[in-house]
Amino acid sequence: MKGRPHLVAALPALACLVALPFVFPQGFALSLMCQMGIATIFALSYNMLLGQTGLLSFGHAVYFGLGAFCAMHVLRWAGGSGGGGAWVVIALPLVGGLGGLIAGIVLGAITTRRAGTIFAMISLGVGEMVASVAPMFPALFGGEAGLNANRVFGAPLFGITFGPQRQVYYLIVAWALLAAWGMHALTRTPLGRMANAARDNPERAQFVGYHPQMVRFLMLALSGFFAGIAGGLSAINYEIVTGESLGAHTSALVLLMAFIGGIGQFYGPIIGAVLVTFLQTALSQYTHAWLFYFGLFFLFMVLEAPGGIASLVQLHREPWRQGLLRWVWPQYALAALPVALTLAGLIGVVELVYRVAGGVEAGETSWKLFGNAIDATRWQPWALALLLFAGGGAWLRRAWSGVAWQWKMVLLATARGKDR
Amino acid sequence: MQLRHGAAALALAAGCIAGNALAQSIKIAYIDPLSGAFANVGEAGASQFQMVIEDINAKGGVLGGRKLELVKFDNKTSPQESLIQFKAVTDQGIRYITQGNGSSVAGVLIDAVNKWNERNPDKTVLFLNYAAVDPDFTNDKCSFWHFRFDANSDMKMQALTSFIAKRPAIKKVYLFNQDYQFGKQVSRAANEMLGKKRPDIKIVGDEFIGLGKVKDFAPYVAKIKATGADTVITGNWGNDLTLFVKAAREAGLKSDFYTYYGGGLGTPAALGASAEGKVKQITEWHINIPNTPILPFAQEFKKRTKIDLYYGRVNVQMRMFAAALNSAGSDDPAKVATALEGMFLSTEIGDVEMRKDDHQLLQNLYISTFTKVDGKNPKYDLEGTGFAPHRHVELPHRLRCRPPAR
Amino acid sequence: MEFFLVSLLNGVSYGLLLFMLSSGLTLIFSMMGVLNFAHASFYMLGAYFAYQISTAVGFWPALVLAPLLVGVVGGAIERYGLRRVHRYGHVPELLFTFGLAYLIEEVVHLIWGRIAVDYRIPEALDFGAFQVFDSLYPAYRVFMMAVSIAMLGALYWTLTRTRIGLIIRAALTHADMVQALGHNVPRVFMLVFGGGCALAALAGVIGGNAFVTEPAMAAAVGSIVFVVIVVGGLGSLAGAFIASLAIGVIQTFAVALDWSLLDTFREVGWTGEAARAIGTIKLSQFAPVLPYILMVLILIFRPRGLLGRRDT
Repeated sequence: MKGRPHLVAALPALACLVALPFVFPQGFALSLMCQMGIATIFALSYNMLLGQTGLLSFGHAVYFGLGAFCAMHVLRWAGGSGGGGAWVVIALPLVGGLGGLIAGIVLGAITTRRAGTIFAMISLGVGEMVASVAPMFPALFGGEAGLNANRVFGAPLFGITFGPQRQVYYLIVAWALLAAWGMHALTRTPLGRMANAARDNPERAQFVGYHPQMVRFLMLALSGFFAGIAGGLSAINYEIVTGESLGAHTSALVLLMAFIGGIGQFYGPIIGAVLVTFLQTALSQYTHAWLFYFGLFFLFMVLEAPGGIASLVQLHREPWRQGLLRWVWPQYALAALPVALTLAGLIGVVELVYRVAGGVEAGETSWKLFGNAIDATRWQPWALALLLFAGGGAWLRRAWSGVAWQWKMVLLATARGKDR
Repeated sequence: MQLRHGAAALALAAGCIAGNALAQSIKIAYIDPLSGAFANVGEAGASQFQMVIEDINAKGGVLGGRKLELVKFDNKTSPQESLIQFKAVTDQGIRYITQGNGSSVAGVLIDAVNKWNERNPDKTVLFLNYAAVDPDFTNDKCSFWHFRFDANSDMKMQALTSFIAKRPAIKKVYLFNQDYQFGKQVSRAANEMLGKKRPDIKIVGDEFIGLGKVKDFAPYVAKIKATGADTVITGNWGNDLTLFVKAAREAGLKSDFYTYYGGGLGTPAALGASAEGKVKQITEWHINIPNTPILPFAQEFKKRTKIDLYYGRVNVQMRMFAAALNSAGSDDPAKVATALEGMFLSTEIGDVEMRKDDHQLLQNLYISTFTKVDGKNPKYDLEGTGFAPHRHVELPHRLRCRPPAR
Repeated sequence: MEFFLVSLLNGVSYGLLLFMLSSGLTLIFSMMGVLNFAHASFYMLGAYFAYQISTAVGFWPALVLAPLLVGVVGGAIERYGLRRVHRYGHVPELLFTFGLAYLIEEVVHLIWGRIAVDYRIPEALDFGAFQVFDSLYPAYRVFMMAVSIAMLGALYWTLTRTRIGLIIRAALTHADMVQALGHNVPRVFMLVFGGGCALAALAGVIGGNAFVTEPAMAAAVGSIVFVVIVVGGLGSLAGAFIASLAIGVIQTFAVALDWSLLDTFREVGWTGEAARAIGTIKLSQFAPVLPYILMVLILIFRPRGLLGRRDT
């Protein structure tokens, strides 16, 4: 598991990242991938707090946003003077990082006095404070419209102007790799280890001679640094920074990403960032209820898989190596149909309620599905959806007990295999 | 269900070659909130666009039989998200966009359109703005690629202040606005224009509140009351308006309210009886103006969507757009833009003119007061409240604004 | 003087409303260690339920029924949701309530739409109660204060004078011992959680029509309520009471002051561009931010809050 195999795996991954813009050349796909890259750094930086130090923050967007604003000011200033060109853009995320770091130092000094749920509350208050103060200073934060700039200026560098989205994509990939490497390296340092200790048992950490508050403070400041890098990249990518990048919505989003991806593994937030960014863009195209599904999914994860997707991956890993997974595949296959039915029923009910309640759809109570018109004012679709949900649910309960039993076997066998 | 199928549209765009371009519909991208806090406003606008477009198509379409088509994009009222959606628009090869909710979004879109057209001169995009009223867009930020079909906030303020100037009873005015570009513009214009037209009026307060931040307006009302203001001018919209007026009524504040958005979606319902005789609004049209040809359309719209028609200008915009396409004889945005410049048209809400210099529409404006509906005059109420804008005062449409700069 | 009195009354009535919200949150927190992120969502549910009930049977039944209903919903959520995550620790509990807040908002969108519903003050209370110099003070505000104070009294009485109050107070500090004495502590937890939610809902019932009943109303007060309990000291009802009133009054009076930093800068002779950029903000514009600033100050100078005892 050390060093080298990682490198071997890293090379094809790198090749994939380089090739992606050629596989999906459409502008929309490209900007989606750029978003994912930025979200990845942001979510990883968040997990430095939640996963590694045990600090649940509801105000992490502050560091992201302040970093973005710092970068934006430098970009505007450089664009105005015309100097530097592409070099400025390349180094810009570092400016954002420094902005985030400074914000982390100043605000962290206050917020990290407490840990646990109290830290969470304080981070929420501080986040709200920054977010509502910002619009009052239009000279610094551009008011409601935010600040914008043009990232193309000065002389091109080897033909690179950062005008085309593809060039920005490679810049984001480069920074994302660098930042991810940095954050991963940090987990191996004494500070990273002490952060884990301060998370698990602050008293003992104190006995060993570390001040948990100091550890929390350092981790928060560094996490602010990486969040700021993500902010700087977003300033380049969108060429605009608005007050909302500081706000509660952004903070909530990064929390969702990190948690859904899995806070227990280093790579968890990466999965979360990619998935959530994708869902956010893709789901909202198909249904107005997407936020509802999203919330439901999150609650489901909290209740059933608090380790996130990464923990599920991790769970399958050892049985996979021992070739024991073939025991569960049939059970999964058996459960797949009831899962699909239950989901279909649930989605049906939610969509029907949306149509009838009519909060959004101005009077459109019918819509088309697979060429059939569905009218929410009649009872048939309701009956069908409810039947699917209830029947599927009952079936799923039975099927799932099979899965659970099979898993018990697999885990027992895996443990034995490991012992050998 | 949204009418949007990205993949299909992409395939269409790819398959679109010069030969069959004639049969293609002309797409207009509607970039406004379809989810989030302002989704209802965005959806209502979209429904109206949809209905006007159906009407145009039913009457034979444009350019000798081609159809118009609305494609909806959800920007969640966020400037940043709007840019992402703009990328999707250009990806699908759509050449016309329309937006209205939020000057902050419009400003960003104007910049984006300018940048895009500069970088892609063969795929230019034209921006038709139906409701973002920051005067800068047709002034300092004036762009060839942007047309505004709503009177800007300065024009509305000209009208309001002319109206106030004729009322000697008004002595003390309180300005109450939201703390962002638009609110600042309203306050600035009111200060300037009242100073010119009625120097004797005292502006006893010039307050700014955070956008959507205040829930308890009672303290503000107490403050206004203490100044003895007889008139309040406010650009507030949504809850910032309804909560304010409700609190004022509760505390027995007797002043009149001159509003920009008193009739906006959801506002009449929330104001209810508290608006009677007190809340005035300025619009390009309202339902109780007698004999406007738009009335059947408004009634059909209400029947279909259960929403009161608010935007007279959406109809104006689409009629002008169709006329410009026809007179340009092409669907090329640059040609359509040139055709729009200086265009004069008789529409369902009156005669309008698109000013050539700054791409600002000139149209009649009406000031109306919320009054109890008696079934005859005023005849139609709003949002089932029994109250509606009435006793309109028409204002000449050639309102002068500051000289445009391009 | 008129302005001062009216503002004071406004401040106190707003502060009492805040206290109704924060008392439930404080109770739940001190008992179960759960920071209920969704607390303000129950406030919102209270307002919406009251709206729905009052359109059917009028305001007065709604005043009683809506909090009870929300209390039942809260209890069910504790029983079937929160209790299951309890074993993972406090942070997952907080995450659960965070997700819950998110979901409740969407459910409200789903059922009542995204715009404000027309939830009005009952006719019977829609008049001026008494004269403050030459203006009438609205009766509904008086009613709000009366309900808050009645609730405060009832809460105090329940906690100090009844058997269940005794058990609750005992379970606060010695849950295991109470369990050992044969009381069903999980059920007490469920009761407290449901009760706390009902209190929030009561605040929603009387606040929803005084202000506005809309899907964003939860987010608007949610963070303020957190500020209240941090400032007051976690787990301290008396602290929450003082902090609520203080924040209510401070915010109300800040609105009145047109004093700006620029005046100060001018005093000291600094009139540059930078001074204008940051100095033109009036204190009244700053009013919504003041609670947060107060919180930061408290954290710096008195980290455990005004009356907090526990140091975590």
